[in-house]
Amino acid sequence: MSKQAILESVVAANIKTDVPEIWPGDTVKVHVKVREGNKERIQLFEGTCIAVKHGGIAKTITLRKITSGVGVERTFPIHSPNVARFEVTRRGKVRRAKLYYLRGKVGKEARIKERR
Amino acid sequence: MLPGILGRKIGMTHIFNDAGKMVPVTVVEAGPVYVTQLKNQEKDGYTAIQVGYGDAPERKLTFPKFGHLKKAGLTKNLRTLREFRVAKTDGVELGQEFDVSLFAEGEDVTVTGVSKGRGFAGGVKRYHFKGQHMTHGFMTHRRPLSNGATGPQRVFKGKRGPGRMGTDTVTQKGLKIVKIDAERNLLLIDGSVPGPNGAAVTVNKVNK
Repeated sequence: MSKQAILESVVAANIKTDVPEIWPGDTVKVHVKVREGNKERIQLFEGTCIAVKHGGIAKTITLRKITSGVGVERTFPIHSPNVARFEVTRRGKVRRAKLYYLRGKVGKEARIKERR
Repeated sequence: MLPGILGRKIGMTHIFNDAGKMVPVTVVEAGPVYVTQLKNQEKDGYTAIQVGYGDAPERKLTFPKFGHLKKAGLTKNLRTLREFRVAKTDGVELGQEFDVSLFAEGEDVTVTGVSKGRGFAGGVKRYHFKGQHMTHGFMTHRRPLSNGATGPQRVFKGKRGPGRMGTDTVTQKGLKIVKIDAERNLLLIDGSVPGPNGAAVTVNKVNK
């Protein structure tokens, strides 16, 4: 067994197969598992994907949304056991891989065209 | 009991721990190792257990090594032989096999290996010299400049400067075993260990 094959087999159990394809510009709803004491509940976080980083088990997406006038960004590892489900609610049409320019924009300027 | 095990660094990856946090781990293929020689005070001047690990092709088995392994009742060509210094060798026999069951998940370990070779490296890379500015008219950027004061009229021995870097025996301390795959002899160690992928490493117990 090659070294690379061993590394892949080590993480194989953690790799999720039911994750939808997520691209920068997409609006994504994340079902986050929140543990309070010994109770677990699902919290939703919906935002625009502004970056997809890394590959394999380390793949992450960064979501940005505006909550009561304050910009909030959260980065989720795609294969994290703390995330129950990803849901793409809208496909966006953008021309670059990292949408960091959205950070300086609010309202009308921060719009993204829908991909059809 | 053996105070450590020999292995091969496979590479690094990530796994998620029980809390769901991502942990960077180094995968080490460790063991099985076979006891090839028991060194004692009378004959060798010190007490140690010599073990061997790894498969080498039979055509590379030299006659002296063949004889050495035969004494332990082993026919396989073990690639690496290493010694572990111990207080006494009671309960360990020639040819005895040890594997990752020596360790427990969550156990603290140190890992010894030979660091990656960097060739002839400059002072900035080798000793973290500051170097000079990249701009503002500087015509040198990464040179070592002064070698010392003019008073002694010579350069002191051991003055740091450019030279061969890497391929040193390095022991990385403060590491922890995150997970053990006994079936495939794999140790998943939190953090990085010395050496390139595929290199031989020694995983040592901390409290022997």
